Amino acid sequence: MSARVRGGLFHAALLVSVAIGLVLLATLLVDVLRKGLPFVDGVLLTSPPSSDPDRAGARPAILGTIELMALLLVMAVPLGVGTAIYLEEYADRERWYNRLLEVNIQNLAAVPSIVYGILGLAFLVRGLGLGRVLLAGAMILTLLVLPILIVASREAIRAVPDSIRQGAYALGATQWQVVSRQVLPAAIPGIATGSILALSRAIGETAPLLLVGALTYVSVNPTLFGDFTALPIQIFQWIGRPQENFHSLAAAGIIVLLGLLLTMNAFAIWLRNRYEKNW
Amino acid sequence: MVKGALALCALVSVLTTVGIVVALLQPSIEFFREINFIDYITGTDWAPLFEPARFGVLPLIVGTLSVTFWACFVCIPFGLGSAIYLSEYARPRVRRLLKPALEVLAGIPTVVYGFFALTFFTPLLQDVGTGVGIFNALSAGIVMGVMLIPTVASISEDAMSAVPRDLRAGGYALGASRLQVSTRVVVPAAISGIVASFVLAVSRAIGETMIVLIAAGTLPQLTLDPRESVETMTAFIAATGIGDVPTGSVEYKTIFAVGLTLFCFTLVMNMVAIRLVRRYREAYE
Repeated sequence: MSARVRGGLFHAALLVSVAIGLVLLATLLVDVLRKGLPFVDGVLLTSPPSSDPDRAGARPAILGTIELMALLLVMAVPLGVGTAIYLEEYADRERWYNRLLEVNIQNLAAVPSIVYGILGLAFLVRGLGLGRVLLAGAMILTLLVLPILIVASREAIRAVPDSIRQGAYALGATQWQVVSRQVLPAAIPGIATGSILALSRAIGETAPLLLVGALTYVSVNPTLFGDFTALPIQIFQWIGRPQENFHSLAAAGIIVLLGLLLTMNAFAIWLRNRYEKNW
Repeated sequence: MVKGALALCALVSVLTTVGIVVALLQPSIEFFREINFIDYITGTDWAPLFEPARFGVLPLIVGTLSVTFWACFVCIPFGLGSAIYLSEYARPRVRRLLKPALEVLAGIPTVVYGFFALTFFTPLLQDVGTGVGIFNALSAGIVMGVMLIPTVASISEDAMSAVPRDLRAGGYALGASRLQVSTRVVVPAAISGIVASFVLAVSRAIGETMIVLIAAGTLPQLTLDPRESVETMTAFIAATGIGDVPTGSVEYKTIFAVGLTLFCFTLVMNMVAIRLVRRYREAYE
């Protein structure tokens, strides 16, 4: 085989590698749309779940997902940004505990999500006696996305050039003034983009919520200390039903979930393009 | 004052780790007081709810590794191929388009992949005459492998991009073709990052829950036959956790013992991956 032929074959093999992922992605989307689109209607969005597939909807699940998102925004984002500021602006890299903190965060990012579910089951549901409630689910998802949020926020903070900090110090600002009035405002677009992406990761998580008990029949709108369910859980429940119609409902639920994720991601990209600065 | 408040935020992630370790260890210790550790780790029969109950974890481990094998069978060659294409072959414009498109794969919730594996890919495998069951390790593994392609591709590509241009120029100056420069200069120079991406993919595959729970089933069989239903460690934890098992019972403690086993597997993988990534960063950055 001549070198030219071998080069061409290799190039073709590489193209196939890239194409496989994209083809499967397209197949998946077409398959879900084909099965689910006829079922995306008012009943799906406004009715509670039911054993009759024609009357079953996902209202409590959709509301549960929206409430989880709001809680995550309140709990996870401040914690993540706070940790990022500490690591980037305050922590002394030479100290062993700060290095340990970094390795710890890297490790947490790779802990399987179901293990976070075990943590929630042991400490929140049983240990603290919260029970299988929305707040427990939100707390577990907070811990789950924290590493992603920290990494994204750190990158945004690191992208702010040092000259800005030096300038502020030269004018006599304290460290906190520099951080809160110069660094943070400049880093906010990056932090917002990273936060939205982290939230969209959390919204799609199913496994940890299964362990904190989101898989229950919920027909009322979820409250903070009440039974709850979420969209991915509802989808999982419908997949588990033997009847074909419930599989179509699951596909319809997937369309709603993917639509939500797509909106969030598009917003994140828009934010980044709109406010991104090149220093 | 401010520094203290920020350090408290940072403390949350430390407490998370401590919490995970305590949550897993304490019930596991109680579990192993009742069930002999050697019987657990070498036993070939997993039936915790039967009478008499049997706690041999090997079927769960073998099930996990079987699905992981098929996932790697897909994600390692195609992920590495994608990385080489993006880093060495694609024009910048094509690259800017393809990279985010591939990343979408990693952003789709795993429950969606589970649905796809069960309702589309498994019937497809049945149609082409592979003789797979409704729940099987093959379908779950392959679909998971495609999901992991961007994981392998993006970390490998990072490592390849960090290889200095001089090395490539040196190769070309000696008359090497693009194929030779890619496979004999760039890939060897970036090998620690590439291996790290493989290790991370394995770790993800071992820890993945929803795809296997939906598409591979919950039948703990000691088999390497990919056409059969298997139960992975994660699927067992989820399936048992869904039910309202009484706190303190042996069934309840199995969740934690299996969770600890899973955690040990992924922890080792992650430490290896972190080491490897640090090595290529040190070499070229």
